[in-house]
Amino acid sequence: MASTIVIKDVCKSFGKKAVLNKISLTVESGQIYGLIGPSGSGKTTLVKLIVGMDRPSEGHIHVLDTPVPNLNLLQKIGYMAQADALYTDLTGEENLAFFASLFKLNKQEQKERISYAANLVNLTPHLKKRIQDYSGGMKRRLSLAVALIQDPQVLILDEPTVGIDPELRQSIWKEIRRLKASGKTILVTTHVMDEAEKCDRLAMVRDGEILTSGTPAELKEHYNITSLEEVFLKAGGKKG
Amino acid sequence: MRVLALVKRIFQQMIRDKRALALMMIAPLLILTLLDYLLSSNEVTPRLGVNHVDEPLTEQLGNMDVTVLQYDQLDNLQKIMIEDELDGVLQMEDEDIQLTLLNANPSTAKVLKMKVQQAVAAENAKEQANKLSLFIQEIQNKVPGDLKKLEQKKAPEIDTAYIYGNKETTFFDQLSPILVGYFVFFFVFLISGIALLRERTTGTLDRLLATPIQRRDIVFGYLLGYGLFAIIQTIIVVFYAVKVLDIMLVGSLWNVILINLTIALVALSLGILLSAFANSEFQMMQFIPIAIIPQIFFAGIFPVEAMADWLQIIAKAMPMYYAGNALVDVMYKGLGLSDILFDLLVLLGFALVFIILNIITLKKYRKI
Ligand SMILES: Nc1ncnc2c1ncn2[C@@H]1O[C@H](COP(=O)(O)OP(=O)(O)OP(=O)(O)O)[C@@H](O)[C@H]1O
Ligand SMILES: [Mg+2]
Repeated sequence: MASTIVIKDVCKSFGKKAVLNKISLTVESGQIYGLIGPSGSGKTTLVKLIVGMDRPSEGHIHVLDTPVPNLNLLQKIGYMAQADALYTDLTGEENLAFFASLFKLNKQEQKERISYAANLVNLTPHLKKRIQDYSGGMKRRLSLAVALIQDPQVLILDEPTVGIDPELRQSIWKEIRRLKASGKTILVTTHVMDEAEKCDRLAMVRDGEILTSGTPAELKEHYNITSLEEVFLKAGGKKG
Repeated sequence: MRVLALVKRIFQQMIRDKRALALMMIAPLLILTLLDYLLSSNEVTPRLGVNHVDEPLTEQLGNMDVTVLQYDQLDNLQKIMIEDELDGVLQMEDEDIQLTLLNANPSTAKVLKMKVQQAVAAENAKEQANKLSLFIQEIQNKVPGDLKKLEQKKAPEIDTAYIYGNKETTFFDQLSPILVGYFVFFFVFLISGIALLRERTTGTLDRLLATPIQRRDIVFGYLLGYGLFAIIQTIIVVFYAVKVLDIMLVGSLWNVILINLTIALVALSLGILLSAFANSEFQMMQFIPIAIIPQIFFAGIFPVEAMADWLQIIAKAMPMYYAGNALVDVMYKGLGLSDILFDLLVLLGFALVFIILNIITLKKYRKI
């Protein structure tokens, strides 16, 4: 099976509140898959289920042919949460080193990965600074570096470029594409339409359901409009 | 491996958090010092006004650490007592003795009343003895011949021996072992609980659980990481109490440290456990009056044997009951390891239960 992430009929509810409703989607290996949808539509909830931090109320999720949740699988998934989760009283380097030491990496690999990841997000000169002295964008970049630290096969990025300036965003997307070229599978959630444009496939989530999915070109064709922004507004505006 | 990574990180964080470090290491010393001065300070000397009281009795009272002031006239008794800051007034009319106590501070009033009673009794006894010897002399003079001389017996003196402590022992000596253990308990609870809470509220716990770390690794990492600081704290507090404050330590210092480390382990695991049920630092604070303060009441400050049955049952559900017991046994009574073994085992049992509950509770954040 070449599909890296397979989600089948997944429902999730918190108490009585149904947040996800019969979601099915497949992310092929080597794809950049984008999840777009308005705030509160359930993107983060879905992403957390894929990582295995929560269990679906119904349905199945497989990542790399392994049923989720699975501890060993987490070695192969790089996760960047929507909210920066960093130790603010530690330096950037200490944060990276701490997360690196949680994965199966030897000392040499750890060093290499730390400098690679820091370099990728342009944080090498700031590694000795404490996180509490970082700007919002710097924290975001460090979170991305943490997600890449163990050289994972699958990357799950929850709104990775919020608060990052356009220039750096460009370079991050360049890197995401380079990662794709080296065979990684990437799932991103985003609000930014020009980023959605860069995905191989898109799924539009609304009220916990997938309204439509396809390549960016297909979506534009389906709604008979030229920009994805309009797709977003049209699909999000009224159901169906 | 992962446990060690966690320990290293906790170490780095703690070293930078100077306030938490100070709270853990220095605050207990300050409180202990303060209590030492407060509780071992000398007893107050009550002030007593006297009116028409025999000379010997006033003298006797003066010898008993009572400041005696003479009054010829006592018109407005209450006013005089308040203005002259008298704790009591003793009046005598013929054979009647009248003691008026201010009772602004009941314990001072009790002390004064006891002293007056003692003095009066002593004076009475002396008078009786004098009368008796006079009487005997009279008889001897009247009866001719060689009557055996009656020797006058002195009042018996009580020779007091102490099993625990000595006549210098103050309340603080019995209280301090409990306090040493309680401070270790309190501060370790607070700091470890808030640390895990912060990990949760800042989202790093979620992030941590998105790595292949096992739930038990997190619990053990926390126990070990904060355990190291608890060990340092325990050693500082115990050494300070014993070497600087000169708190009574009859048994072995090592047993004291052993007990305190066990207490720290219980506090650590309890703090981490309760933090799972708090959503903010303030909610963590709310556990203090519920879970922490009551412990001190059952730690041996008030004799548990004298409590109502249901209170005794509550006492036995509190870790500090066993901790206080063991500490008093070693520090005050000088008992050995075999005597505190039961208490230690119960404490370890508490810790074990808390640790297992912790591992289960973390399931809330990741299902595996
Ligand atoms: N733990 C939870 N308990 C109860 N409700 C939750 C929980 N987590 C999420 N929800 C609800 O699920 C819905 C979807 O939330 P989610 O965070 O997945 O949205 P999102 O698509 O990521 O939004 P955004 O674009 O703003 O990040 C929201 O209505 C939210 O209130
Ligand atoms: Mg979200």
